Amino acid sequence: MTWLRRYSGVRNRGINPQGFHVSQIKFYVFLVPLAGLMLLPIVFIISNAFKPPDELFAFPPRFLVVNPTFKNFTDLFSKLTNAGIPVSRYLFNSILITVVTLAASIVVSSTAAYALSKKRFKLKKMLFAINNVALMFVPIAVTIPRFLVIERLGLLNTFWVHILPVLAMPVGLFLLKQFIDGIPDEVIEAAQVDGASDWWIYWRVILPMIRPALATIAILTFQAAWNNSEISTLYVNNESLRTLAFYLGTLTTTTTGANVVAGQGIAAAAALIMFLPNLVIFILLQSQVMSTMAHSGLK
Amino acid sequence: MESRGVIRDWLKKEGSAYAFLSGYAVLFIVFIVVPVIAAVLLSFTFFDAIQTPRFVGLGNYIALLTQDDTFMKYVLPNTIQFAVLVGPGGYSLAFLLAWMLAQLPKIPRTILAVILYSPSMTAAVAMAVVWKALFSGDQTGYLNSFLMSMGLLTEPIQWLQSPQHLMTIMIIVTLWSSMGIGFLAMLAGILEISPELYEAAAIDGMSSRLQEIFYITIPSMKPQMLFGAVMALVGTFQAGAIGVTLSGTNPTPQYAGQLIVNHIEDYGFLRYEMGYAAAVSVVLLLMVLFFTRLATRLFASDT
Repeated sequence: MTWLRRYSGVRNRGINPQGFHVSQIKFYVFLVPLAGLMLLPIVFIISNAFKPPDELFAFPPRFLVVNPTFKNFTDLFSKLTNAGIPVSRYLFNSILITVVTLAASIVVSSTAAYALSKKRFKLKKMLFAINNVALMFVPIAVTIPRFLVIERLGLLNTFWVHILPVLAMPVGLFLLKQFIDGIPDEVIEAAQVDGASDWWIYWRVILPMIRPALATIAILTFQAAWNNSEISTLYVNNESLRTLAFYLGTLTTTTTGANVVAGQGIAAAAALIMFLPNLVIFILLQSQVMSTMAHSGLK
Repeated sequence: MESRGVIRDWLKKEGSAYAFLSGYAVLFIVFIVVPVIAAVLLSFTFFDAIQTPRFVGLGNYIALLTQDDTFMKYVLPNTIQFAVLVGPGGYSLAFLLAWMLAQLPKIPRTILAVILYSPSMTAAVAMAVVWKALFSGDQTGYLNSFLMSMGLLTEPIQWLQSPQHLMTIMIIVTLWSSMGIGFLAMLAGILEISPELYEAAAIDGMSSRLQEIFYITIPSMKPQMLFGAVMALVGTFQAGAIGVTLSGTNPTPQYAGQLIVNHIEDYGFLRYEMGYAAAVSVVLLLMVLFFTRLATRLFASDT
């Protein structure tokens, strides 16, 4: 009867159980169908991206692909936009912008978080409070003044306009600061006694210890940069500087019948290219994200 | 001489802190602080993006409250309806799901959490592809096709173009993608609660799960609940673009899905009444601030 005890023992009841317990069945009954439902649109994207034209427009519509083909992807990359730009150029822009944004945002937020968490200076409390208010910032609300600022700075139609506005991310600074708070002061004091400089401490002590939090910032920045179509719409007129997310938007916002028919397979392929990197990165880093989130409370 | 000494002392003591902060601070000021201040200033002017702004005092706000029929009749009620359903609705759903997930062992919990979070990491534009196919207005749309084969419909419905359905679809789509970062924070928060707390409560005679949630789980994770609430609020007001993305037009058909964010874009980028749009922006920022204050009141921890 040991198996019975195993599946009904106290150890596996309640929060964070070690193994299966009969009391968990009711949660599975609710969660598994719900997860299936949430997954449907994503299955649909994947399936559509591989559908040949006759399946895309089959009547009655069929959900899953029967004869998968890569034609949509080859069409996507061989397609020239109205302005004569190959779609692969948009993909290249997206990748370059995302990589530079990721690296820069990690440096910018982690240095600031280190100062806010471990340094002593007069304005410290106030600056963190201001950042907390900025958590509530809704960028869309100030699109117009932002546009004016970017215009005055001469950033319109530049590569940098994709990167600089995304770097100041209050949520990122907040999460990093909370995480660094968890590092005991003694570790830093010990390094100072050994004669280490501030930059050495930041580079050799802090950065290695906050890897989970950096992974979390990386995911958030990645999503913000990779999925961003607004910057291309608002601040860039030069077609060759726009991103894949923008291009996908142009495929989907046109409601006229002809365009929908011509573009559906291509749109599905582009949507899959937009979605997959997000998913892969999140799956790879999710355990780090969860350990960061344990420190994420607002008081 | 003396003042130079003061500066040198200050540099020695606090200089490196500001050096570390400088990168973030500059970007924060330029792209967040200045635009907010500029929005407030612009909101008191008439500005068409070509001529210099002309000061009009409270004119824009008065016009917003008294003359803007669209705002009062459609935009404000829509925004409130949307925010009330999606905000607390998505938030409660996130907590409930996080709580259930926390009762499962690690591997199934992780798999389910990734699935539930996955809609949030998808760009709105990518998702528009899916929702448009699902709610497509002709008989090849999945929903139309399904309902017609069931015999529930005799002719296709223009889901995304009809004022009666657009708002409902917007709410469904937003709820579907609302398991964002707040949901992850709540899940982590629930898992962090020490098991001894529950054991102690069980010894004291607490038996129902509902009691456990209200007397142990939520009080122990108030900071995460608050973080989740703030993220849910911001997410709700950010989600404004969804109606325009789905219907493909701004303004949305008969203003059925028009939210404050769309109203700002309508006035700012289609009519070039920047001053007026700025006033609407300020109202939106104040609304977000007001609601987060409310959330802070609810969840503020005493420590």
